[in-house]
Amino acid sequence: MSQTNAHSNTALTGQLERATLEGRNKILGFWLFLGAETVLFGTLFAAYLGLRHQVLDGPTPQELFSLPFVALMTAVLLVSSLTSVLAVQAMHRGNVKVMLRWLIVTVLLGFTFLCLEIYEFNHYVALGHTFSTSAFSSSFYSLVGFHGAHVVIGVVWITLVILQMPRKGLTPVTANKVYVASLYWHYIDVIWVFIFSLVYLLGRVG
Amino acid sequence: MAHSHATHATHANTKKNYTGIMDWITTVDHKKIGILYFGAGLFFFLLAGVEALLLRIQLMFPMNDFVSAQTFNELFTMHGTTMLFLAALPLFYGYMNYIIPLQIGARDVAFPFLNALGLWTFIFGGILLNLSWFLGGAPDGGWTGYPTLSTFNTAHQGMDFYSIGLQIAGIGTLVGAINFLVTIINMRAPGMSFMRLPLFTWATFITSALILFAFTALAIDLIFMTFDRLFSARFFDVAYGGNPILWQHIFWIFGHPEVYILILPAFGIMSEVIPTFSRKRLFGYSSMVFALALIGFLGFMVWAHHMFTVGMGAFANALFAIATMLIAVPTGIKVFNWLLTMWGGSIRFTTASLFAISFVPTFVMGGVTGVMLASAPADYQYHDTYFVVAHFHYVIVGGSVFGIFAALFYWWPKMFGKMLNETLGKWFFWIFSIGFHLTFFVQHFLGLDGMPRRVYTYLPGQGWDLSNLVSSIGAYMMGIGVILLLINVVYTIRKGPDAPADPWDGRTMEWTVSSPSPLYNFKQTPLVRGLDAFWKEKMDGNKGMTPAEPLQPIHMPNGSILPFLMSLGLFIAGFGFIYKDYDFNNALMNGLFNNYIVIYAGLLMLFGSMATRCLIDDPGYYIQPEELKEEEA
Ligand code: HEM
Ligand SMILES: [Cu+2]
Repeated sequence: MSQTNAHSNTALTGQLERATLEGRNKILGFWLFLGAETVLFGTLFAAYLGLRHQVLDGPTPQELFSLPFVALMTAVLLVSSLTSVLAVQAMHRGNVKVMLRWLIVTVLLGFTFLCLEIYEFNHYVALGHTFSTSAFSSSFYSLVGFHGAHVVIGVVWITLVILQMPRKGLTPVTANKVYVASLYWHYIDVIWVFIFSLVYLLGRVG
Repeated sequence: MAHSHATHATHANTKKNYTGIMDWITTVDHKKIGILYFGAGLFFFLLAGVEALLLRIQLMFPMNDFVSAQTFNELFTMHGTTMLFLAALPLFYGYMNYIIPLQIGARDVAFPFLNALGLWTFIFGGILLNLSWFLGGAPDGGWTGYPTLSTFNTAHQGMDFYSIGLQIAGIGTLVGAINFLVTIINMRAPGMSFMRLPLFTWATFITSALILFAFTALAIDLIFMTFDRLFSARFFDVAYGGNPILWQHIFWIFGHPEVYILILPAFGIMSEVIPTFSRKRLFGYSSMVFALALIGFLGFMVWAHHMFTVGMGAFANALFAIATMLIAVPTGIKVFNWLLTMWGGSIRFTTASLFAISFVPTFVMGGVTGVMLASAPADYQYHDTYFVVAHFHYVIVGGSVFGIFAALFYWWPKMFGKMLNETLGKWFFWIFSIGFHLTFFVQHFLGLDGMPRRVYTYLPGQGWDLSNLVSSIGAYMMGIGVILLLINVVYTIRKGPDAPADPWDGRTMEWTVSSPSPLYNFKQTPLVRGLDAFWKEKMDGNKGMTPAEPLQPIHMPNGSILPFLMSLGLFIAGFGFIYKDYDFNNALMNGLFNNYIVIYAGLLMLFGSMATRCLIDDPGYYIQPEELKEEEA
């Protein structure tokens, strides 16, 4: 299919990820998948909000959460969302080099976020806030950890997309991969905004 | 609209050829996947049916000791779980996979690869769940898995098989739902607008939306259970501030939509079978669509009617009671539309139409007891008695299973290219449905007389003996009926007459292609000119559909082993989780499981296959017009 794609590239710049029916299917399917993810996270949030006062003997949210640190994590993740937008914009201009550069920055920021989160969790465990301490701790780690696992998957996924770009170049197939991966990445960021407000901010005010 | 992808790329890519069993394991063809779903669903249906017969032997007489209390608990848990997750839904998925692309004039589903992935995760999840029988004992906490009953008995692995087996099978269901949604939105043939979709397609669409938002809630609930049991989380442990009622809320937020997931496809089937065998168009098409959507929406608003006796308070109970009764309105619309479709039609009594016609009163009886159950004060009397058992079997057997059997006789010729024997079929219908009413009608009164559900035996002289005996006899009649069905299937596969393309004088497009349908479904994408697309052509004096495109190369996806491997990886990792702390009395096994090596191996297989899929693109191949013409000749 590669020669024909060369034609459509120029004709359809800006819409490369939607150039084929397959591409459009994948984007629609991915949006539906994000709808499913919303229920997953919604259920986790509901459980957390229902159980967050069940601290028992463990440390309370006020004792645990440090807003400046979480603000740093938030900043890192939000900036990575911006860089993934820049990558998709570069892709729409057909500029593979710039696109790759921004994707790499996105991955690095995601990786930084993960390091911060691992440090954070370690710190909590040292304070006696383990997975089994209370219903509060179990639901906290499940919700925030589920998000963290999404970040891990996102980092690996975008890395795999980056790795195949030099070999395959920008085609409707690869453009679609970049686009969908960046959708996923935005989604994880949006979830984090909710975690920031409903877990950390709310936890500080009590 | 969406079928131009093959227009310019005429040079063929390599076609991968698999044969024999490898062909079935690697297939991404929606028709083969449909047949696999159907076969696996039928297998689990028979398994759960045998479990039901064992339950009825135990309950046949008071103080019977055919099975122990523990075995009884395992039997009813596995009966319910298997029937709902591994039998009914996969049988519907079988029909959906085979029929939906044909009904909308598509060559395949939107995601053939994911379709195969959904199939294999369902099969491996089902196998994992059922292996528990051989590995120390099956789940025993009821299909509803309420904690703390389900979370504190960690010496027995049964509920781990439940939480992890259902999790894996559920992934498959979810993937399938996304696939159907995108297929129906994006792959319709030119002219096939939404308000021309056959009702089975509409029902699939709404059902898939329900699955998308309901199975995900279950997934999280199952994760909580797994965490509590295997990783000492405290979600449901009151001593640590946990809350068992949380499980119940999440479970029923899934669970009530689940019962509509099981009935809407049957509604769709009825809306195909009844018009075909009445030789009339469906009465009130748009109100049927509207009712489906409304039922789907209201289905999410009523979950707490399963929890009236939990102590939510009068206000919540009243709210959920009213919301529940509201569902009877769109359901009533559908019932009247079916009746009015039959009214004045020239009805043919085939096996399929017998099931469809008797579906209507049977299902209505289940609906009426549903409305009775929905009045919260009365439910304090009914709850957890045989009255509830009678209610849900009237809707699930009298609704979903009658739908499955109607569809079986209706679409069998299309799927397998043979006509089932009608005489045997009618015997099957009569024996099965008389047996069904014998089994479950008396259970209404057992429940009103106070017999609780999920008890392994009862004392004589409470007025329950005769009804239980009748109920058991009815169950064997259903068993005999199903044996007749199996004889019919085996007999006709070997000797039966070949099916023509359109054996029932059908109205929708699946009847325009040969039986079984060719690999590419439609040689040329059809042009749809109205509701009941094929009937419209017949009325205009045409033999078949008008093509919407010239004869041109047809793009086909290649088969792949990766979906199978991914699911196998999940299956292996699932085992690893269940036995991660288990003492096998064997150094090698302990080494493998307690060091999480099995978990890592399974996950490696899963993620390795996913990475392979991400890195290596398979563009598929083309069938050339010359090949198509050859086939014709
Ligand atoms: C007019 C429609 C319906 C109404 C008003 C209704 C109402 C109810 C209520 C209130 C209960 C709870 C009874 C209790 O536990 O005390 C119940 C249970 C149940 N219903 Fe329905 N229902 C309706 C239709 C259906 C349909 C269509 C299905 C399935 C195809 C279904 C399947 C079930 C099942 C499986 C249970 C028992 C769950 C369990 O405890 O294991 N119902 N129904
Ligand atoms: Cu319900």
